[in-house]
Amino acid sequence: MFPFTLEKPRSTEDAIAAAASGARFIAGGTTLIDLMREQVECPDRLIDINSLPFGGIRVEGEDLVIGALARMAEVAADPNVQRLQPLIAESLIEGASPQLRNMASMGGNLLQRVRCPYFRMLDAGCNKRTPGSGCAAIDGLNSGHAILGTSDHCVATHPSDVAVALVALDATMRVKGPQGERSFPVEELFRLPGDTPHLEHTLLPGELIVEIRVPGGPHSRRARYLKVRDRASYEFALVSAAAALSIEDGVIREVRLAVGGVGTRPWRLRDCEAALVGTRPERRAFEEAAQLARQGARPLRHNQFKVELLPRTVVRALALAGEVA
Amino acid sequence: MNVSSIGKPLTRVDGRAKVTGTARYAADFNQPGQLYAVIVSATVGLGRVTEIASTEVERMPGVVAVITHRNAQKLPYLPHKGVIDPAVGERLHVLQDDQVHFYGQPVAIVVADNLDHAERAAAALRITYAARRPLVDHADRTIERIAPKSADGSRGDADVAVTQAPVMIDEAYEIARENHNPMEPHATTAAWSGDRLTLWSKSQYLVNEQAEIAAVFGLPVENVEVICPFIGGAFGTSLRTWPHVTLAALAARQTGRTVKLVLSRKQMFFTTGHRPRTLQRIALGATPDGKLTGVIHEGTGETSRYEQFTEALTAATAYLYSCPNVRTQYRLAQLDTSTPNHMRGPGEASGIFALESAMDELSYKLGIDPIELRRRNEPRRDEAENKPFSSRSLMQCYELGSERFGWARRTPEPRSMRDGRLLIGLGAATATYPAYHAPASARVRLLADGLAEVEAAASDMGPGTYTSMTQVAAEFLGLPPEQVRFRLGQSAYPQTPSHGGSWTMASVGSAIRAACVEAQAQAASRAVADSGSPVFEASVDDLEWSEGRLRRRGDASPGMSYRDIIARTGTPVEAEGSAQRDPEVAEGYSMHSFGAVFAEVAIDPDVGTIRVRRIVGAYGIGRVVNPLLARSQCTGGMIGGIGMALMERTVLDPRDGRPVNAHMADYLMPVNLDVPKLEAYFVDEVDPHVNPLGVKGLGEIALVGTAPAIANAVFHATGRRVRSLPIHIEDVLTA
Repeated sequence: MFPFTLEKPRSTEDAIAAAASGARFIAGGTTLIDLMREQVECPDRLIDINSLPFGGIRVEGEDLVIGALARMAEVAADPNVQRLQPLIAESLIEGASPQLRNMASMGGNLLQRVRCPYFRMLDAGCNKRTPGSGCAAIDGLNSGHAILGTSDHCVATHPSDVAVALVALDATMRVKGPQGERSFPVEELFRLPGDTPHLEHTLLPGELIVEIRVPGGPHSRRARYLKVRDRASYEFALVSAAAALSIEDGVIREVRLAVGGVGTRPWRLRDCEAALVGTRPERRAFEEAAQLARQGARPLRHNQFKVELLPRTVVRALALAGEVA
Repeated sequence: MNVSSIGKPLTRVDGRAKVTGTARYAADFNQPGQLYAVIVSATVGLGRVTEIASTEVERMPGVVAVITHRNAQKLPYLPHKGVIDPAVGERLHVLQDDQVHFYGQPVAIVVADNLDHAERAAAALRITYAARRPLVDHADRTIERIAPKSADGSRGDADVAVTQAPVMIDEAYEIARENHNPMEPHATTAAWSGDRLTLWSKSQYLVNEQAEIAAVFGLPVENVEVICPFIGGAFGTSLRTWPHVTLAALAARQTGRTVKLVLSRKQMFFTTGHRPRTLQRIALGATPDGKLTGVIHEGTGETSRYEQFTEALTAATAYLYSCPNVRTQYRLAQLDTSTPNHMRGPGEASGIFALESAMDELSYKLGIDPIELRRRNEPRRDEAENKPFSSRSLMQCYELGSERFGWARRTPEPRSMRDGRLLIGLGAATATYPAYHAPASARVRLLADGLAEVEAAASDMGPGTYTSMTQVAAEFLGLPPEQVRFRLGQSAYPQTPSHGGSWTMASVGSAIRAACVEAQAQAASRAVADSGSPVFEASVDDLEWSEGRLRRRGDASPGMSYRDIIARTGTPVEAEGSAQRDPEVAEGYSMHSFGAVFAEVAIDPDVGTIRVRRIVGAYGIGRVVNPLLARSQCTGGMIGGIGMALMERTVLDPRDGRPVNAHMADYLMPVNLDVPKLEAYFVDEVDPHVNPLGVKGLGEIALVGTAPAIANAVFHATGRRVRSLPIHIEDVLTA
């Protein structure tokens, strides 16, 4: 690890000012410290934001408001989260390990870096780590990589589970920066790699995520997160799906559907949603709609199975959410 | 009669030290003023080093030395081959020339005053290479296959028999490369005092590490001392003395300071061995009623260009079942990688996967229950060696295991069992491993306070050697285990064989027994020579030991304790004992452990997730010294088998040979949630031939058989036969 300074800011404004001049925020540190140990990231100045007042979870009307500094474990165990947005609790529990969930913050979770093995190898080409150095994964080992939203410069998947749930649920986020505050959909946080894969999110210099707002609705209670992987825990998704359904009189009124493990960012499936609205929650309808999930898929040499696994995971998540056998 | 210690479920004597953190592992031995070394590993897969920009790195903070082939001392590398070193080839000579043989080979070592400085400098060191594309794909048909010595075996004419058989199976099987991945990393601290060297180093074979490093540096063996009281898991990776031990000693010598070197997790995929990827073919011929008429087993392992690593890939096929026509063949593909090494259940675990998968396939083809098929081919003697088994309880294992597992509830048809949506599969497989024994020695010291000290240069990588050897000594001295202090982990103690191959209990245990018997003889001699003793001038033949007390035969008196005898002079009794297998007995019998492993899997038909629900193993391993430890050995082996069956795979990038998943997040091994109910049972088995203790060893067989039992269960659940390990979601997704 390279030497760095660690500062405790006196105020939010101090923290933002420091970050605007090049310092990095650190909360749980579960991604950043890991990458610093492997010398993938070598920041020289860290701002410890843990004492800033952005923790906690509260309910405002139908909305669930989660502080950016709330820990994954804390959010997953929160009775209001479990009652109002069980999808969020489930997606958190499926992520990482208990030790990591105890440390990792919600804001940090959204900004975690990719798990492409070449990203962590300093002697391999990676446009995300070292712009212009090429992508070793495209012609290398890529069984875990994305099939949606890829470019000729990067094929890494976004690794977060809870981000998939938040994108499905139309969550928004509030950020504070040198120019003040703004709010926008969580989905808009994530960029596609294009030819600038090193730019992963849309935050401006110095901007700090302060809270996440999840609107409630009839779909919230009938919502499930399914994560498919080769071991039962502590592994990133091969494919995951967040599905939420609102059913009235035996007909689907509203659907929220997003998938992970297949896209370069959490991937909302709006065409599938549209195809399901007005249908009966039956397996056949799910299967037909799920075929639309793989539109535009660009499989690589080792991840072709994801083209098959993706619709199957969507069907299964819908079946779980709709309690259909 | 002694109160027996052997067979008792004694809890681990070192348990408290381990859970309270007082147990010291290799990297815990810090010395005052030590320096820290970090290895710089080659970033190309083949070629040579053309330039090293060491000057600027030497000026970085805290850096004491940058050692490369340009300034490294030329080392003598005298010939030395331990039992566990490949018989053919020459070990890697580190920093002696500019050649790069494989990705990750050490090409420099940076030494600094602390670890941060050393890591930073190592990362800053720029090295230029002239690189070529390495050959690392074992399946590449252009790679020449070489036949190692005694690689082939044959009886009858298997090829004709298989071709003419009424029922035939002929299939190819593959198992991915695996790395051992113990929790504890390799670590060595090296300290020179003149031309004497002390190594605090993770090792499963201390006396070989001592001899190897003495040979590398051209020292007398007695000038090197190796210390390793605890091992945090090894599974075979610490059997050999790998290049980092030489590098630590070299760095200490060149800097004139004590040097500590710990490998990173990533580096543990480079130069510390791996289970070789294997490609196998099994052809079986059988009569319609299931009698084997021919068996062909061909296998290819991988090895490096500089050494021929061989393992017993096809060995079990020769003796496991009764068949007049058997042919085995073993070849090696030499690749631009480092040399593989023994990994738990070496050879057998891989070979048995192929054979037991094929037997399962044959059972379906014949419509015969898989266990019944094995019963119909149970041999009366070892047909390869043409000698009796010293003991063989395979059928008893199948009976006990079937009953405990509930095999009777299995419906034979694939895809015929369900639990709700889930496909359920039940599978079984045979396990076997040789009951080895190697010469070993041990020392017993009886002290005036009544305690017995026992010493041997053995290791304990987790099976509970500290505890089981304490039990053996307590048994033969007639003392309660609390009065025995067993020590291991120093090369200066009496010599033992490598701590692997499931022969520690047999070899070291028998040596301790011999040392106890010798100590009792010396104590008795001292007592009869002592005019103040109640047995003064008695004939030693008229005396007997019982519960640690010496008296005349049939005498009802309390007799003399060790303390009574020793306290009269105050001089401890010290005795050494050695044991080895009687060559005549070894010649006369075929000695192996056997077991039957059962697995139940549940597979999600929609998304293909495979979960093991239960494993039951029944084993015939001779005498069980400690049922708690034995059970623990078995469950650990089963978990390793789950890894082999469903998760473990080291993936090499064909462009430069780098292991792409050299990371604990990417190299999958079972976590707690993957580990179901595991049950191990032992059949009563008395084997009077293997060794005086009657033990056949357990560490290796505990992994063998699990992977094929799981793969067979996957077939039963899905109807999809997967012949390549590990079995992943994508393999059963469309089943």
